[in-house]
Amino acid sequence: MNLLDKFLILDRRWVFLLMALAIIIPLLLNITLPFTPDKAVEAIYNELETLEPGTRVLVSCDYDPGSKPELQPFAVALFYYLFTHELSPVITCLWPGAPPLVESALLEVTAMLALDGRAAPLNHIDYVNLGYKQGAQFVMLSMGSDMRGTFPLDYTGTPIDEIPVMDGIENLNSFDLFVEISAGSAGTKEWVQTVQGRYDLRLAAACTAVMAPDCIPYLQANQLFGLAGGMKGSADFEKLVYDGTDYIGQATIGMNAQSFGHLVIIIFIILGNIAFFATREKR
Amino acid sequence: MKKEIPLLITFLLGTWMILEFFFHNIPHVDQITEILTNGGMVIAAFTYILGVMNILQVNANRIKHHQDRPYKWTLLVGFVLMILLGFTWGIDVDSPFQWMYNTFYVPLQATMFSLLAFYIASAAFRAFRARSVEATLLLVAAVLVMLGRVPIGEEWIWSRLPDISNWIMDYPNMAGKRAILIGAALGAISTGLRVIIGMERSYLGGE
Repeated sequence: MNLLDKFLILDRRWVFLLMALAIIIPLLLNITLPFTPDKAVEAIYNELETLEPGTRVLVSCDYDPGSKPELQPFAVALFYYLFTHELSPVITCLWPGAPPLVESALLEVTAMLALDGRAAPLNHIDYVNLGYKQGAQFVMLSMGSDMRGTFPLDYTGTPIDEIPVMDGIENLNSFDLFVEISAGSAGTKEWVQTVQGRYDLRLAAACTAVMAPDCIPYLQANQLFGLAGGMKGSADFEKLVYDGTDYIGQATIGMNAQSFGHLVIIIFIILGNIAFFATREKR
Repeated sequence: MKKEIPLLITFLLGTWMILEFFFHNIPHVDQITEILTNGGMVIAAFTYILGVMNILQVNANRIKHHQDRPYKWTLLVGFVLMILLGFTWGIDVDSPFQWMYNTFYVPLQATMFSLLAFYIASAAFRAFRARSVEATLLLVAAVLVMLGRVPIGEEWIWSRLPDISNWIMDYPNMAGKRAILIGAALGAISTGLRVIIGMERSYLGGE
């Protein structure tokens, strides 16, 4: 058995070890490779730039800790942008694991704003986390006709009528912009299919890399005006939002690990094919 | 009547939900739809009760039969503990519930998903072979997209790689995805119609 034969039956623990090193070393070295933001992500940023201070933006956080590395950096960058531009996020969740992640993101942004010397955003005045509601498409439809009836209380149990940032909000059409952060179902696909066309919403999405190919048809059909796919999408958005600041977002840092992880997979695929064809006649 | 009444309810509600899409701006139509969607949310909320009962029942049985006892006890203790913490001290940012969520749930679930990277690497190494023209096309497209989506491809290999990756995603990928979407939508419409007119009755059980 020659070297190529041995390579073909390589113990998968070697693959695991090399993959681990490819991910861990770039994170430890703290190197940052430059990259160009995608046009679909720029579209989200450009649309945010057109909003007047005081505008309320609906943000639906439909993800859980499994997708945190991909989507939480987008949420943090989005909240940072909204608070620094005096825009007010109204946050909802269709995934039960999401509300505590939203609270963590808001806490992180509050710390960043403190470092900038800015005042902390005030719950119920500058933003509100309406928490989780079970029912997926039913909730979407219900929000389309009656937002206050769908979420009578916020995440902390405060009645909606006592929350100043919700003044005048009746339904989905009360928002100038809607950003959806999604890791699966219920998520981007359901929002587009259930309410986007029905209520003519300005909808953008940040989704996991696995979901991105499914969402591209909606982007080309203008059902989504912007799309941030996977960690790359979040890193692109971070680059646009944190431009001119000292912040380097978590997705930007993660892109280096992802770069070398992809490289290791490609090298294994190429070597595996070389070994396969070189030993084919023997088999 | 055990079957006729559910079939009638399904027919009426299904027909209503189709028609209201076209007439939802009419006030009374909107109000009735709201009642129906609220009913849907209440039913969906009840699935949690079923879920809780199912988790307790399945895991208690396993413990009783000495199957994976340490894991099942861990699950049940964690389950009860999170409910108690949430009900007792609330779910604020500085609550014990949030601490448990951040300290246990977040890293555990993130760990489970991060394992994918290792298994994908191993599976790609073993299974991704250029055995045919189709497989070669898939392999080349996958490599180009993987490199085009990370800075190392743009910075170290070729600055146009992201453009090639985007082209693959925007044209060949989207054509395929759109075909799948249209096919799935037609399938969903036909299944929905079969349910509404009573041809598909498996949801009633017993058939």
